[in-house]
Amino acid sequence: MTPLAITAATLATALGAGNAATLAALQTSRTGLAPVRFMDFPLPTFTGEVEGVDEITLPPHLAEFDCRNNRLAWLGLQQDGLLAAVAKARTRWGARRVAVFLGTSTSGLLQTELAYRHRDAVGALPGDFHYGPTQNTFSVADFVARALQLDGPAWVVSTACSSSAKVFGNAARLIDAGLIDAALVGGVDSLCLTTLYGFNSLELLSSEICRPWGATRDGLSIGEAAAFALVERTPDTPPVGWLLGVGESNDGYHMSTPHPEGLGAIAAMRAALADAGLPPHEIDYINLHGTATPSNDASEDAAVSQVFGTRTPCSSTKGATGHTLGAAGGVEAAIALLAMRHGLMPGGLNTQQPDPALRMNYLTANRSAPVHRVLSNSFGFGGSNASLVLGAAT
Amino acid sequence: MSGLTVWIDGIGLLGPGLPSWAESRAVLRGTSPWQSAATALPPPARLPPAERRRAGAAVKLALAVADEAVAQAQLNPSTLATVFTSSSGEGVNCHLLCETLATPAPMVSPTRFTNSVHNAASGCWHIAVASRASSTSLCAFDGSLGAGLLEAATSVVLGRAPVLLVASDSPYPEPLNTVRPLPDHFGLALLLSPAATAHSIASMTIATTDGTDPLSGCADPALETLRRAIPAAAALPLLAALATAKRGPVVLDYLPRTRLRIELA
Repeated sequence: MTPLAITAATLATALGAGNAATLAALQTSRTGLAPVRFMDFPLPTFTGEVEGVDEITLPPHLAEFDCRNNRLAWLGLQQDGLLAAVAKARTRWGARRVAVFLGTSTSGLLQTELAYRHRDAVGALPGDFHYGPTQNTFSVADFVARALQLDGPAWVVSTACSSSAKVFGNAARLIDAGLIDAALVGGVDSLCLTTLYGFNSLELLSSEICRPWGATRDGLSIGEAAAFALVERTPDTPPVGWLLGVGESNDGYHMSTPHPEGLGAIAAMRAALADAGLPPHEIDYINLHGTATPSNDASEDAAVSQVFGTRTPCSSTKGATGHTLGAAGGVEAAIALLAMRHGLMPGGLNTQQPDPALRMNYLTANRSAPVHRVLSNSFGFGGSNASLVLGAAT
Repeated sequence: MSGLTVWIDGIGLLGPGLPSWAESRAVLRGTSPWQSAATALPPPARLPPAERRRAGAAVKLALAVADEAVAQAQLNPSTLATVFTSSSGEGVNCHLLCETLATPAPMVSPTRFTNSVHNAASGCWHIAVASRASSTSLCAFDGSLGAGLLEAATSVVLGRAPVLLVASDSPYPEPLNTVRPLPDHFGLALLLSPAATAHSIASMTIATTDGTDPLSGCADPALETLRRAIPAAAALPLLAALATAKRGPVVLDYLPRTRLRIELA
């Protein structure tokens, strides 16, 4: 593909809101994970809850969109001059030429879970429950497009944990085809009971803090996040980085377990490298999907080492942010941009003892080194795989 | 903008009174009357037994229309990229999860959680046909069909390879049905190719327009009611034009200020 300029990027995770807070946490190896405090969840686990989401108020004309997911989106939109950058792109290209493609897995489903706790005597949902603007999977893209007054194509990609990596592909394709000139991409996913109880039912939720690539890893810690990137056909200000390649594939193997040899993941990584026109050795750092479940990390290790050999430095940042599910691809793209701008390969947290059965060069401590190109992996239920290749601004 | 030109090599259809594309063409042409009948979802024969048992309505619907379209185009589905689009996922599954989560000590079924993802139909299809080709699953609420058409056509044109588009919607049970009423299941599949083949039915050139182009409707009042009631049924004017081999423009709804203008040739 022709490299596309990323002219703004930001995120809000358990590490804090905005690039500066995120970078400071990564530089000091601080995790945002803490013992669960969310609602009345009774089981021991760690979550990456974003501070202050409950206190956020949406603008009055968007009040019907009020739910945890859209509050979190709103928090993300306020960071790092994103609103100004989008406004500038809207003026430059026209509102109809700027798209909104966002990823989410559970959207505003928490609102429905809460409504089901308040059904009346005949079972009806409370009158203040608004299905379309909250629970529906499209809600966050609809909300963001309205908030930013963008009239281009808009949709949500919901392919579980690969969602917000795949939206970069939508932007690249529609720009290439000439339908749009810019797109706001990213992902938003927020804590809800479905994912906490659901991953627990699959025995994929760790009772301790998650330990990606660790010998004793036993599951994930769920996080929540909003992440956004503005992708433009050409920059008119110095970009914060470049989208160089996107690769997508499916496992066609199992709904919730990755292919043991990572054949789908291999296909996605190779497609991303081919799209970028780069050989594997030109990737300086790999941000792994690295969820810390035994089978996910083993499958990814097999796949990454097959494509890159074992020497490329890599880590999972989910020990810091938690697994932000449908927002993970966007979060980790934003972290990749920070890694390149600040010459930081973030060490994976919480993993005292790397699994000797895994062969990749997994970093457990920060490394300061020039980072010109990053490959970021995002894999999800339904066998959905996406890999991004991102390049430094200069 | 000139638009995205793709060829339609296969069509799948399943909805109330519309048992398949092959059996519905006369109704869509207006030469036989539409007769009310609830959508009958066939068991997904392609799935391995374990997945078949777990498949909910949304998966059965999507796989049924996908199968019909692929069979017409006589393509090997194991190398076929796919775009699934739906205004919602598995309605019954979502309801039962929320009901469980409202109890004091929720016992969530792992299968129910796994099947709650919006891309369940995509995952099942790719397992069924053993395909590692790329797949996406989109939602744009009432405009989900338009989102799917844009993404699929763009992928066909840029990738110079066929793509299977599946647009389908299934209703929620109560109490969600009251706040999101859909009268029945409705799905369609289009097998889109970058160039004319021996199986091509028509070409279509898709462009976005502002919200002022008059929307195409259905001549039959019952089909027109269906078109307005189910997001995927927004495709009915396109399907009617294809059934009558009519050429010229069809305008479909997408977003409040954006419609799709489709030139059939």
